[in-house]
Amino acid sequence: MSTTSPAIPATEYEPPRRSWYKRNEIAVTPWLFLAPAIFFFLFYVIFPIFQSFNISLYDWDGLGEARFVGLGNYQELMDDSAFEVSLWNNLKWLVLYLLAIPAGLFIALLLNQTVTGIRLYKSLFFFPFVISQVVVGLVFTWFYDPTFGLLNAFLGVFGLGPVNVLGDPTLATYGIIAAGLWPQTAYCMILYLTGLNAVDPEQVEAARLDGAKGWKMLWYVIVPQLKPATFIAFVVTIIGALRSFDLISIMTNGGPFGQTRVLSFYMFEKALSEYGFRMGYGAAIAVVLFLIMLVFIAYFLWSMYNEEKGAR
Amino acid sequence: MFPRPIQTQPRAAQITYQALLPLALIMWLAPLIAVAIFSIKPDVDFTTGNYWGLPSSFEAATNYGKVFFASDMPRYMLNSFLITVPTVIGAVALSCMAGFALGVYRFKSNIWIFFMFVAGNFVPFQILMVPVRDLTLDLGLYNTKTGLVLFHIAFQTGFCTLFMRNFIRQLPFPLIEAARVEGVAEWRIFWYVVLPLMKPALAALAVLIFTFIWNDYFWAVVLTQGPESQPVTAGITSFNAQYRAAYHLMSAGSIVAAIPPVAMFFLMQKHFIAGLTLGAVK
Repeated sequence: MSTTSPAIPATEYEPPRRSWYKRNEIAVTPWLFLAPAIFFFLFYVIFPIFQSFNISLYDWDGLGEARFVGLGNYQELMDDSAFEVSLWNNLKWLVLYLLAIPAGLFIALLLNQTVTGIRLYKSLFFFPFVISQVVVGLVFTWFYDPTFGLLNAFLGVFGLGPVNVLGDPTLATYGIIAAGLWPQTAYCMILYLTGLNAVDPEQVEAARLDGAKGWKMLWYVIVPQLKPATFIAFVVTIIGALRSFDLISIMTNGGPFGQTRVLSFYMFEKALSEYGFRMGYGAAIAVVLFLIMLVFIAYFLWSMYNEEKGAR
Repeated sequence: MFPRPIQTQPRAAQITYQALLPLALIMWLAPLIAVAIFSIKPDVDFTTGNYWGLPSSFEAATNYGKVFFASDMPRYMLNSFLITVPTVIGAVALSCMAGFALGVYRFKSNIWIFFMFVAGNFVPFQILMVPVRDLTLDLGLYNTKTGLVLFHIAFQTGFCTLFMRNFIRQLPFPLIEAARVEGVAEWRIFWYVVLPLMKPALAALAVLIFTFIWNDYFWAVVLTQGPESQPVTAGITSFNAQYRAAYHLMSAGSIVAAIPPVAMFFLMQKHFIAGLTLGAVK
């Protein structure tokens, strides 16, 4: 660390016996301010990441003696069909969750007007995001229910038979993703509403004079200006997709026949459920999830780094 | 403005738009509206199969009364408050200081420390689960609210520091330089110059963190069990197990569990949205 900030220049007339702290104030202060946050963060977030890597090399039930097995857990993962299912489901989540971005943009465009009461509409459209995922999960479980669910009541009007979305191994994951898209779309919508507010009206007018309208206008004039909003929407959606746990736990608990598991859920199941405490194996699954995430984290940090260089 | 203001469109289009809005809203919130309707229905409607007809009687008071006076729900709600409020205070305090340090001072490792917070904030929870649970057990804090609060503070510090640091970067730097020239001590600059300017950021972060922590489920399940320390998100599952198939009560319980963050959002809407969308505009 070095003092690069402009320090107080006139020090010659000060009495010579200033304390060490006073002399190094500018260099020391940031570290004093940072200390508690860094301590907490290292203790609870950074070190545990490395510990997980370590635990994944052991066979451990969380209580007894841990037995070193090297990459044994990872080898076991290769032949684990439940792991494969989880991995595929994670991919489905990642791809389909991204639909929240265009859907959010669509709703934002719909609501970007100045009619009476529009503010209330905006907040009510945003409202699903504020509710906990647990409640969203419950709400959608009942929504899909084959006997009294609103979905089947609605389908019944058209004479379509009852569909047991969450009981069907092929449909269940899509049903849960749809539930997850509900709050996520609301989030993207609010990002885009803020972004649309800041779109340069002069550019829009100029484009209009040049005859741009509709899709062309949206794609060539508006969307480029929404880039910061899109970046954040992308970041939060990817993270949301890979963190999905609450909805699965509430809506299907991994079933039917384990077909709705994703890595984050499978890991929890292996490490902390009635199937026995396999901490090492769970940690190995978490490491795989982390490595997938790392690709995205690296990309996010790289984008931010480039921006920082531009800023200062 | 894009799309073109509806006021410049023909009358017919305006009327269609005005009519479409409430319709779209009802469709958007339909699953939630259904639950709200369930929560005021009597028990008998579910046994007779009257799911979507008019309620045979309005039982809002009975159903919600049961949730509040005949279940563990109030206890879970209290736990949630006792977990959420200290976390908000702790995370905001830590990140104010860290954000100040990273936003105002230039030193070599600045950007790397900043990235440590940002990267940690993106990490999937699962990689922390086994070690953090272990750590909490070792500290004797398993199944206590304190254990949950300490972890939440630490984890939220990542996001909060990112937020605070970016906010402080936007403050006028000459103000701080002027104070330095006057010979004001650095901690006084923080307390008397920077902190007052950070009020909007403090409000925004406080409501955001309140919502995030209130809605946390994963850590509640990992670090606590039982009504003495579980927050409402975890408690609702035991509540539902207790009233299995009593959909009117489960619906009422879910709505009660969702109310505090919703109320927070509607009361502090401006700050909430400002917080969520920080960085969405250049």
